[in-house]
Amino acid sequence: MWWIPTAEAQSFMPPAATQIAENVDTLYGFLLISSLVSFVLLMGSLAYFVNKYRRKTDSDKTAYITHDYRLEFLWSFIPFVIFMICFAWGAKIYLDMRAVPEAALQIHVVAKKWDWEFIYKNGRKITSDVDDEGNKVPATMVIPVNKPAQMIMTSTKVNPADKKDRAVLHSFFVPAFRVKQDIVPGRYTQLSFTPTKEGTFWIFCTEYCGTGHSNMMGRVKVVSEQAFNDWVIGDESGGPKELSLADKGKEIYKTRACIGCHSLNGSKMTGPTWKGLYGSDRVFADGSTGKADDNYLRESVLNSNAKIVKGYQPNQMPAYQGQLTDEDVTAVIEFIKSVK
Amino acid sequence: MSEGKNYINQEAGLMSWLTSRDHKRIGLLYFYSIGFFFFIGGVLAMLIRTELFRSGNLFDPALYNRFMTYHGVIMVFFVIVPGIPAILGNIIMPLHLGARDVAFPTVNLMSWYCYVGGAILAFWSIFLGGADTGWTFYTPYSINFSGANITAALAAFVAGFSSILTGVNFVATVHKLRCPGMTMKRITLFTWSLYATAILQVLATPVVGITVLLLVMENIFGIGIFDPEMGGDPVLFQHFFWFYSHPAVYIMILPAMGIISELITTFSRKTIFGYTAIAYSSLAIAGVSFLVWGHHMFTSSQSEVAAVVFSVITMLVGVPTAIKTFNWVATLYKGSIQMQSPMLYALGFMFIFTIGGVTGIFLSTIATDIHFHDTYFVVAHFHYVMVGGTLMAIMGGAYYWFPKITGRMFSEPWARMSWVFIFVGFNVTFFPQFVLGAMGMPRRYADYLPAFESLNQISSLGSYMIGTGFLIALYTFVQGAYRGEEAGMNPWGSKTLEWTIPSPPPHENFEEIPTVTAGPYEYR
Ligand code: HEC
Ligand SMILES: [Cu+2]
Ligand SMILES: [Cu+2]
Repeated sequence: MWWIPTAEAQSFMPPAATQIAENVDTLYGFLLISSLVSFVLLMGSLAYFVNKYRRKTDSDKTAYITHDYRLEFLWSFIPFVIFMICFAWGAKIYLDMRAVPEAALQIHVVAKKWDWEFIYKNGRKITSDVDDEGNKVPATMVIPVNKPAQMIMTSTKVNPADKKDRAVLHSFFVPAFRVKQDIVPGRYTQLSFTPTKEGTFWIFCTEYCGTGHSNMMGRVKVVSEQAFNDWVIGDESGGPKELSLADKGKEIYKTRACIGCHSLNGSKMTGPTWKGLYGSDRVFADGSTGKADDNYLRESVLNSNAKIVKGYQPNQMPAYQGQLTDEDVTAVIEFIKSVK
Repeated sequence: MSEGKNYINQEAGLMSWLTSRDHKRIGLLYFYSIGFFFFIGGVLAMLIRTELFRSGNLFDPALYNRFMTYHGVIMVFFVIVPGIPAILGNIIMPLHLGARDVAFPTVNLMSWYCYVGGAILAFWSIFLGGADTGWTFYTPYSINFSGANITAALAAFVAGFSSILTGVNFVATVHKLRCPGMTMKRITLFTWSLYATAILQVLATPVVGITVLLLVMENIFGIGIFDPEMGGDPVLFQHFFWFYSHPAVYIMILPAMGIISELITTFSRKTIFGYTAIAYSSLAIAGVSFLVWGHHMFTSSQSEVAAVVFSVITMLVGVPTAIKTFNWVATLYKGSIQMQSPMLYALGFMFIFTIGGVTGIFLSTIATDIHFHDTYFVVAHFHYVMVGGTLMAIMGGAYYWFPKITGRMFSEPWARMSWVFIFVGFNVTFFPQFVLGAMGMPRRYADYLPAFESLNQISSLGSYMIGTGFLIALYTFVQGAYRGEEAGMNPWGSKTLEWTIPSPPPHENFEEIPTVTAGPYEYR
């Protein structure tokens, strides 16, 4: 369709750096053209009528036309059909956008007032910085081109000790990828994308979060796979290497008593084993079922009584709400993921 | 002023106004109070645009956030939601029905006092430090302990009662006070739209009331409802909020559509095309509008299934809206069209509202909404619908009924000039914002990247044009009310009942209750 590239060139959308973004732009081109056509038709006939039927004398008589059902049906039906096309097309792209690709590179995104943090599985943590002139250097996430990446996102408080402070909503928006997902305190939300172009793109916070909302920017830098591998292994800062998330989780497993009730080898103790737990189907005492995904594990760790695994007793496991930080919980979950 | 007694000179003194149960006087009370808020909201809008004129910070971001919040709260809850029903609805609707007043005149006065109560709370919240949550009061941000956020939310709650009371009153009036011969198929389309609106007001407003109460209880008693730290769910608040606020969008726009129907028929001196379709499409919009709130939450972490369902239902709302627009254009066909200033506003409405409508489709299509959500594209869209739509209609309606309400004519050249400034200024302000949104500029930003600067400057200049336009309109109103020529009973040659009585109308409108034998738009 020849008009779609034309529409895109005039669309003012930022450069598209994923396949999904290109699909969104094609749909956007369709919307732009069809609304332009309907607008011109409608305003054109309005202008034509206003011009042609201008009042001539004060005693003008007008035609007494009350309705025309065929015409009215037609102009209800045609928009209806167009709207349904828009809907179906949009829903299709949306579902593709939300599907989690296999073997995606998982990165933990931590949003807080008013900055981003990106934590890789190997423990590498990217935060914003300040340059010599005192200007903020936004946190820059690095990902390889043509490889799916999945963001696992959570919002935390700046100061966990402050009772009055709250973790608030944020939203992760990369215009070049045409994706956006709110980050909700108290749970994980996820978002994935597969960049097809190298380059550095903006990340904006698009859910109002207070005074520093408009400065809550980050960047995502898409590099070749080779460059990514070098980057992720080499520690540019040269400082002491951090524990990987899973190792940190293992520490917590050993030091925070989980080890007393949860085995790693499949044997049953006071609590269920963690072997093969991640992603498995769970059956609960009340007969309902669910999948052991990040949000389920988070809830189980913080408030295990919310869902009781079938065959186990409630009120055995202490509630860790307020005991473990958001980052601890993420680390434990990464550890559970590693126990296959 | 014409001979004899009318509702304005019937009684004198401030008290006679503050205790009046005459629907026309209450309408004017609303006019003054809403006009006052509109002025404040407008000044805030220009402060916002002044901050955004350049990249970088002119005001402290915390102050900017308060400008942005009060602009939204005031314009939504104190101007556009009550606007048309409380001012023009109050004054005109009983006249359209051939009634002496609304069904419950005392309740009508009470609704004004609720409005004033809400207004006082809104001011009080400023002294508590000022709310900075945005007009949506999203949790958990709004859960803080300064009290300003909660007080501002309470202000919306109290003002909500004014809306509910007006709604109840209008439903009762339409059902009970139609004059002999006035069947439901003979009431004006303005009345139909107010009727559909009144149903929304009565059914939807309590939800926002309950939500605010839950917020207050959570704050005071520490019951975990929305606060994740107490086991609550912050997204639940969004569901509650939009369950009201989406229908509220139609509370704002339906009466505007009603006014447009009146203006188009009068100034093309032609019967309306598709009376039934227009009347029933109002009801259809009102009904479906309760089922689409999730389209504000496509990125909120609601399930994918929910998103898809909300998207398809939202598309359905587009259909009755399109029907109305086509019917208005068809009404012009073979008419005798006169381009007086009220008609200019009606045509301006169609232009702006159509842009607002088609961009609505961009937003109800999920894939594109994900990109546009919470960017300036949305800001532009809802200003096109709510300001370009509702405000254009209010202005058109105000000029149209000005001679009836005051008994005098305004100056047509000045009125046209106000139209030029408002219409052009509006498009200059808001059209660039669509582009900014497509480029990815998020809303509620006190500062932005330099790449967004030039379009923001155009937008800011446009906002000053709008401001100038409204000042000219204000001058036109004042000048007309004091110095205008006598208008006579029916200056526009209109067919509806209000034009059969003197201008301004006497205290109880009709000396003798009329009997009607035909529909409202009998131009033959
Ligand atoms: C006193 C024993 C005890 C301790 C200590 C304990 N748990 Fe548990 N845990 C249980 C029991 C019993 C269950 C199963 C009942 C339920 O679902 O609440 C369980 C369930 C879980 C589950 C859900 C497992 C599934 O199969 O679905 C997770 C995840 C979990 N615990 C994590 C932890 C972590 C992390 C720690 C340490 C920080 C911990 N537990 C410490 C007893 C314990
Ligand atoms: Cu933010
Ligand atoms: Cu809505």
